[in-house]
Amino acid sequence: MDGVAVGSLYALIALGYTMVYGILQFINFAHGDVFVLGAWVSFAAAGAVGLSVGDQTAVPAWLVWLLGAVSAGALAAALYEFVLRPRLGAGRPPATRLTWPLAGVSVVGWGTLLLLVATRGVVAGGSHTIAGGMILVLAMSTCGLVGFCLERLAYKPLRSAPRLNVLITAIGVSLLLQNLGQLEWMFGTRPDRMPTLVPDTVLFRIGHVPVRLVDVMVVATALVLMVLLDWLVFRTKMGRAMRAVSFSPTNAALMGVDVDKVISFTFVLGSVLAAAAGFLYGQKYPGLNQTAAAGWVLLGLKAFVAAVIGGIGNIRGAMLGGLLIGLLEFFAVQYVPEGASLRDIFVFGALILVLLVRPSGVLGKAVTEKV
Amino acid sequence: MTTPMLQIDDLHVHYGAIHALHGVSLAVGQGQIVTLIGCNGAGKSTTLRTVSGLLRPTAGRVLFEGKPIHGRPPHEIVRLGIAQSPEGRGIFANLTVDENLAMGSFARRDRAEAARDRERALDLFPRVRERLKQNAGTLSGGEQQMLAMARALMARPRLLLLDEPSLGLAPQIVQTIFKIIREINAAGTTILLVEQNAHKALEVAHRAYVLEVGRIAMEGDARDLARSDAVRKAYLGVA
Repeated sequence: MDGVAVGSLYALIALGYTMVYGILQFINFAHGDVFVLGAWVSFAAAGAVGLSVGDQTAVPAWLVWLLGAVSAGALAAALYEFVLRPRLGAGRPPATRLTWPLAGVSVVGWGTLLLLVATRGVVAGGSHTIAGGMILVLAMSTCGLVGFCLERLAYKPLRSAPRLNVLITAIGVSLLLQNLGQLEWMFGTRPDRMPTLVPDTVLFRIGHVPVRLVDVMVVATALVLMVLLDWLVFRTKMGRAMRAVSFSPTNAALMGVDVDKVISFTFVLGSVLAAAAGFLYGQKYPGLNQTAAAGWVLLGLKAFVAAVIGGIGNIRGAMLGGLLIGLLEFFAVQYVPEGASLRDIFVFGALILVLLVRPSGVLGKAVTEKV
Repeated sequence: MTTPMLQIDDLHVHYGAIHALHGVSLAVGQGQIVTLIGCNGAGKSTTLRTVSGLLRPTAGRVLFEGKPIHGRPPHEIVRLGIAQSPEGRGIFANLTVDENLAMGSFARRDRAEAARDRERALDLFPRVRERLKQNAGTLSGGEQQMLAMARALMARPRLLLLDEPSLGLAPQIVQTIFKIIREINAAGTTILLVEQNAHKALEVAHRAYVLEVGRIAMEGDARDLARSDAVRKAYLGVA
């Protein structure tokens, strides 16, 4: 069950790698760090709703709320603007005029809602389900905002630069995020313990495999998010534009697609999913390492491996690849002698195998140049 | 004199250090088919790409219905009413034919009208209708060209830019394509047609410009140009 749970988290992270690659043909090495950030923002948010075990972060609660409210508002506005509104159809005023008032409204709305939960959390010990949902939304939207800023500040100026420059920048951004997170006024250099929101109970057993409540929560949340993403990419106008841009940005622009907007949207989507994975990971394994710890880097790398195994650039491939890697890893831990210490070897061995046998990934198509 | 639909004044475009257009000027009148002919590398596609906003001119102006549009991003220019069917057709091979058509109306918000235009475009290109659910990458070259034109029409452009619609197609299909170009024009859409097939282009066009290494070498009534010795020798293969 661990394999399925962690696998679905790999899948969530892998989606961000694969979507950005699909559109910009570059590996966003900072993506794994957005996942870590998601876990830590969840921790800070949990502290802010009054749920905490042991140490608090130095991040003041009001800052968490403010950031969360602003970014949640912006995220809601963006989703409405790009995904829902085109579906509602005709007879509406053009996009840009509505965006900002809408963002304002949702900021206020979310802000109040969040405050409500905050008070509830502090006063009554809080409803853990609502608090959990709020923490999740907060982590997702904060990281969405971070993803947006990263793309605008770090990658967009390099749009026409050689690909290697962008790659090096991505590594730089990754280091920056890792080290920013270590600052005393951020999350500090000591590990912390994420408050768990669901009791550690075994729901039922399949054979002799225990299925825990937390596993069900992780898998269910990840599944819902992936179904939503799949719908967004394959059934909405924005998703169609994303796929068009990934095939040819120039021709998409000729169709009237604002390519920069689509790229920003893609980064935000990827970051949002990574943040959700971060939150869920914290629920599954509550011991949070400091942001630059090697374990985090390895997790991000494995998610990247999952994206490659599924076929980089292929969204459904990333989902499948994540699950495969998760299952492989935990089967190795369980059934291979000394498997626990060799688990990474299996993951990266699988990568080598796939690259040798089917370099474009399980679901990837061979790239052929049609003349 | 009325303002032309599209007017290009003394346009200069550079690719890095390469000077691709050396002061091109041309005008496309409302309701006309104007063709821009010339050899490979003369700057025909460069001109269209600049009109669509994919390239920024280093000097000169592009006026659409009297208003300057040069330097504006391509997605805004589509919304003004200029659609392009690009060189090499620019089909999204990872999307279905139907999704490709839907991309054509991406900039529009009037769904009902767009659905009507879709029917109209499909009536014009029955071959495309047969393949709606198919992956666009599986179409033949001629079908892709038809899809590209149908898709451009989905934007309901007032000015349609066609970049080499006959490129690499069998003569019979070229015949069909040019017949449809006439029909589109007869229905009221102004067309700027870039072609290497000068013979065909001069047959359908009202006015023509001949582009030679980034400069307009000749211009005039399409029929007059087709009769002129210089054009016959250089572009129509008549000694």
